[in-house]
Amino acid sequence: MIRLIRQRTIASFISLIGLIVLVFFLSRLTGDPTDLFLPIDATQEMRDQFRRLHGFDRPLIEQFGAYVWDLLHLDFGDSIRRAQPAIWVVLNAFVWTLQLALITMTLVTVCAIVVGSLAAFRAGGFFDRAASLVSLIGASAPDFWIAIVAIVLFSVQLAWLPTSGTGTVLHWILPIAVLFIRPFGLLVQVVRGSMLSALSSAYVKTARAKGVKNFPLIFVHTLRNAMLPVITVMGDQAAALLNGAVVIESIFGFPGVGKLMIDSILQRDFNVVLASIMVTAIAIFIMNLLIDMAYAVLDPRIRY
Amino acid sequence: MTDHLLEVRDLSVRFHTAAGAVDAVKNVSWHLDRGETLAILGESGSGKSVSASAIMNLIDCPPGEVWKGEIIFEGRDLLKITAEEHRQLNGKRIAMIFQDPLSHLNPVYRVGWQIIETMTAHGRPAPAARQRALELIARVGIPDPEHAMTKFPHEFSGGQRQRLMIAMALMLKPDILIADEPTTALDVTIQAEVLALLRELQAETGMGLLLITHDLGVVAETADRVVVMNAGQVVETGTARQVYHNPQHPYTRKLIAAAPGKGEMRVGGSSRPPLLEARSVSKTYGDVPALKEANFTLHAGQTLAIVGESGSGKSTLARTILQLETPTGGEALWKGEDLFKMGRKQLFSLRRQMQMVFQDPTQSLNPRMSVFELISEAWAIHKDLVPKSQWRDRVADLLMQVGLHADHAQRYPHQFSGGQRQRIAIARALALEPELIVCDEAVSALDVSIQAQVIELLNRLRTELGIAFLFIAHDLPVVRDFADDVIVMQNGRIVEIGTARQIFNNPQQPYTRRLLAAGLEPDPDIQAARRKA
Repeated sequence: MIRLIRQRTIASFISLIGLIVLVFFLSRLTGDPTDLFLPIDATQEMRDQFRRLHGFDRPLIEQFGAYVWDLLHLDFGDSIRRAQPAIWVVLNAFVWTLQLALITMTLVTVCAIVVGSLAAFRAGGFFDRAASLVSLIGASAPDFWIAIVAIVLFSVQLAWLPTSGTGTVLHWILPIAVLFIRPFGLLVQVVRGSMLSALSSAYVKTARAKGVKNFPLIFVHTLRNAMLPVITVMGDQAAALLNGAVVIESIFGFPGVGKLMIDSILQRDFNVVLASIMVTAIAIFIMNLLIDMAYAVLDPRIRY
Repeated sequence: MTDHLLEVRDLSVRFHTAAGAVDAVKNVSWHLDRGETLAILGESGSGKSVSASAIMNLIDCPPGEVWKGEIIFEGRDLLKITAEEHRQLNGKRIAMIFQDPLSHLNPVYRVGWQIIETMTAHGRPAPAARQRALELIARVGIPDPEHAMTKFPHEFSGGQRQRLMIAMALMLKPDILIADEPTTALDVTIQAEVLALLRELQAETGMGLLLITHDLGVVAETADRVVVMNAGQVVETGTARQVYHNPQHPYTRKLIAAAPGKGEMRVGGSSRPPLLEARSVSKTYGDVPALKEANFTLHAGQTLAIVGESGSGKSTLARTILQLETPTGGEALWKGEDLFKMGRKQLFSLRRQMQMVFQDPTQSLNPRMSVFELISEAWAIHKDLVPKSQWRDRVADLLMQVGLHADHAQRYPHQFSGGQRQRIAIARALALEPELIVCDEAVSALDVSIQAQVIELLNRLRTELGIAFLFIAHDLPVVRDFADDVIVMQNGRIVEIGTARQIFNNPQQPYTRRLLAAGLEPDPDIQAARRKA
């Protein structure tokens, strides 16, 4: 297990370096932020001063060297737009995204496992067919469209829920509900398929011959064996949410890392772009490590 | 009113498949008494397991449908009770063990928990269940029960797993134990131990034992009475001795006649030149020695059998010599030339002279290729052997040679039975006109009557074509009938080598004697005499 953690950490560190190099130079291809930040009628002197202050006048390679040097001292630079350390801006937003992702994925996982397992247990029955239909629609529905329709329906016409922003519990309901739909649909299908093959296995026959009741038969004997592919897909979906659900966060004005990333790219706030990519990359790395560890916990035959 | 422990009357079960309705069993009737062992004997597809599944409510409906009959247990018809009533009987009054204990134990839970669950599922308190589990694990002969409880199924050997399954089944002292091919996946010595254990436990508890098997030897060793099934119907019922010595139905007679191990043994030895000589052939995987210093000589046209239990290194020996595994030492001389030192090109041209037939023809034949493609593929690789214009005729010849029809060439493997598939695999091996065929458990997966036919075919090819065989098998009676010389292997080492007559009539090594003694004879009287001795 410790070997796994060490190997993965080294591998992720290497890809993180590659990511920093790539994003650093690619973001600078978008142009000089000076033009965006200063008013159109700013004098040449003001522009030069701005460039000097943020180091944009130096050769690109020198800028990169300085950035890496600061990074080695855990200094991610300042946000130009907000005049705060970039890492604080990012972590503030990331906390929002993390909460959103955690709540959504917990709901998705619990619901998908219950629905998918029951559908598989009575495969071909009414509940199975209903679950398959609903999950298929969920997995294929465009979420930005659902988001807008939901705002029109629940916020504008019925006026039950706020349209956007944060503040109360009510503000969370629509974003979570919209983010829930697609991963739920996908995961129900995966749980159902995996449970179907596990239910037909020999050890389930043994359990039935022992007189095990249906509830433990499904949720104790079969589910744990069926979980490995489910966890893999769950990880994919969670990674997408951690990256910031850019579209959904933008529609609901949710101050998460997805919205922050898109805003700072448009504003050429390079330090914030780099910091948010690093934070989400590290979060996804940690999550993948947890998934690998979950494999070993669920199946004693897997040893690292 | 009946006083039998369990009675099955006129049971008929139908399966609805894509190809239409199939009658799995028709009008099957039998009964089981307290303290009695009843064997249901039949080949694959005979429906021998179906009535047991119906008793335990393990038939999936759909596609299965029990459309006629009754199963009477304590005055109740088990086909009329609810699923919940079935659940309360299962494990408590009627328990079951299965063929392959590895896949029938849940891989992700500790065995202790799984054994205890038999009792907790029926509302017994966990501490009492734990106590009983410890007693039973010790009783079935697993050392250190406390520690064994905390281990997972994959940490035990095959025999131990079946012992644990037995412990799990006996937790609530059931009245009936159903054993579905309980020893088929086990080595002979382990099989003997497990059957002895079952017999002891039955004597202790007085339970009725229903044993489902394809093996006449298992019947002879354990059964009081036997029900013979063929094609979904009971063809004969009687005591084990009656049925063996005085079979009434032609099918039973055929089954008994097909049991190997009764024919004249071959003389063995050979004056012909050596074809293959192994000298100190060794193979290690990492630090684990799988094969230690193997030496033998195979003469042209001779049959050399390699016998041993699983893990003894018999397949490794053949695979290493054929260079399917990289050897770690020694030499293998093919007509005097060392195969291990040959270049790729030379080895390639020699490969055609050595062909292989594997255990499971379902897996060794590509399901997407027609029989014609399967057989002619070799000629596309070794181009100089048969010109393409003659492929069709040659495939037809080969199919006839193995007892199939020329027009089978256009069919696909799934359209054949297991025995026919193995014939196709043999035809494929013959396509390159080999001098040596390695049969790796080539008849082990086949029913006895089919097995006898395939052996007869190999016998004919040996006489007509002078092919030498390296015949890997764990089934000693088959080897006794077929081999010239025999190698006995244990733990990667050759422990004894000699002619079939020497090995079977006068074994020198204690291990060989133990192996022979563990094998079961189909005659109940011989087995009874052995048990006394």
